[in-house]
Amino acid sequence: MSKYLLNKFLFTVDRDPELVERYREDPRGTVEWWEAEHANRLLNCHGGEASTWLRFEDAEREALAAHDYPKLFELGAHPFLTLTLFIAMFERDHEPLGFQTEYARRLAHMTLPYPDIAT
Amino acid sequence: MAQLVAVIASTHHPFYYRASTATGEDRPPFADEWVRKVEAFRETLTKARPDVLVMVGSDHFHQLWLDNMPQFLVGKAPFYDANWYNEEREFGLPRMFFTGQEDLSAYILREGLDAGFDLAFSNELRIDHSITCPIITLRPQNDLPIVPIYTNIFAPPLPQPKRFVQLGRTIRELVESWPADKRVAVIGTGHLSLELGGPRQFGPHGPDPEFDRRAVEWISSGDIEGCLSEVTLDSLHLPGNATHGFMDFMLMMGVAGEGAKADYADTYDLFHTMEAYFTWYPNGGVA
Repeated sequence: MSKYLLNKFLFTVDRDPELVERYREDPRGTVEWWEAEHANRLLNCHGGEASTWLRFEDAEREALAAHDYPKLFELGAHPFLTLTLFIAMFERDHEPLGFQTEYARRLAHMTLPYPDIAT
Repeated sequence: MAQLVAVIASTHHPFYYRASTATGEDRPPFADEWVRKVEAFRETLTKARPDVLVMVGSDHFHQLWLDNMPQFLVGKAPFYDANWYNEEREFGLPRMFFTGQEDLSAYILREGLDAGFDLAFSNELRIDHSITCPIITLRPQNDLPIVPIYTNIFAPPLPQPKRFVQLGRTIRELVESWPADKRVAVIGTGHLSLELGGPRQFGPHGPDPEFDRRAVEWISSGDIEGCLSEVTLDSLHLPGNATHGFMDFMLMMGVAGEGAKADYADTYDLFHTMEAYFTWYPNGGVA
């Protein structure tokens, strides 16, 4: 399980306006491209110093590719990162606060204790 | 020596800026009362006539990231840019720019290390809404130099609640021993009960009004021991999955001191989370 890598995807996409749009329009393609090209990139370092061992598990890759934010919650992705990025992508399609309340409703089956988010 | 002239603890609500500046149909019905409360709160800082602001907050995965995560970090730079693209995007926050009180940063780092806090530091720190929100609410003219201090309330493993209180006590000692003829206010922001990215988010109130009621009582009465006896890293999951931000309130209780009753306390029950505003005037009030 790589909660860290899930978070790294959410973190690096959320802070890049072009990637936010790319992930909204082509989630599966963006995830595949990102895993191949960026998953191992050590932030702030050139490519020659990339890590060599990071990859998604199948369930993680699929959750990202399906925009399945309830599944990301279950997998222990950091809820703040997931919420922020998905608001950026989908708030525009809803009434004010409509996406946020739908988001809560789709997670309504989750009870305490929530999945552990420690990385 | 420097004088600690005000201790201020507040929630930091990123929607305040947009709500308070909206007009016409865009202005939410709760905005006018919110502005009234914030302006009254602002007066408590203005009255203290500070020269320097020590600003305690928490980076929200903007500059601090899981490949290199400090627990407590002090900014030490002559200037700070502030607010990030995703805060502009989601909250409509403006880009901001601060002057740093770099000699106080250096003093807090040196003396803090020697006092037992292995503080991290940053010489180039872009500040986020945990610090810009209280500037917007409390000092919108943004005319005072700052020392930013970040705590990790966000990426476990987190420091224990008592450590936040201890750091608050230490910050007070360091401010009061800083050899400068300056009036210093310490301002810290956190949360009461809060859920982000979970099933209890964005409800009509904060996710746990009973926790909020007790938290306000602990803070306003300075009941550090009572608070520490009930609040643990585990217990903070119960009122809402982002409630660990309450530990920054506990840090500010440490600055204010055991048994220090707040000289000013106010709350505002909004959707999603409760706002809470506290001010202490150490050493017997505003000189």
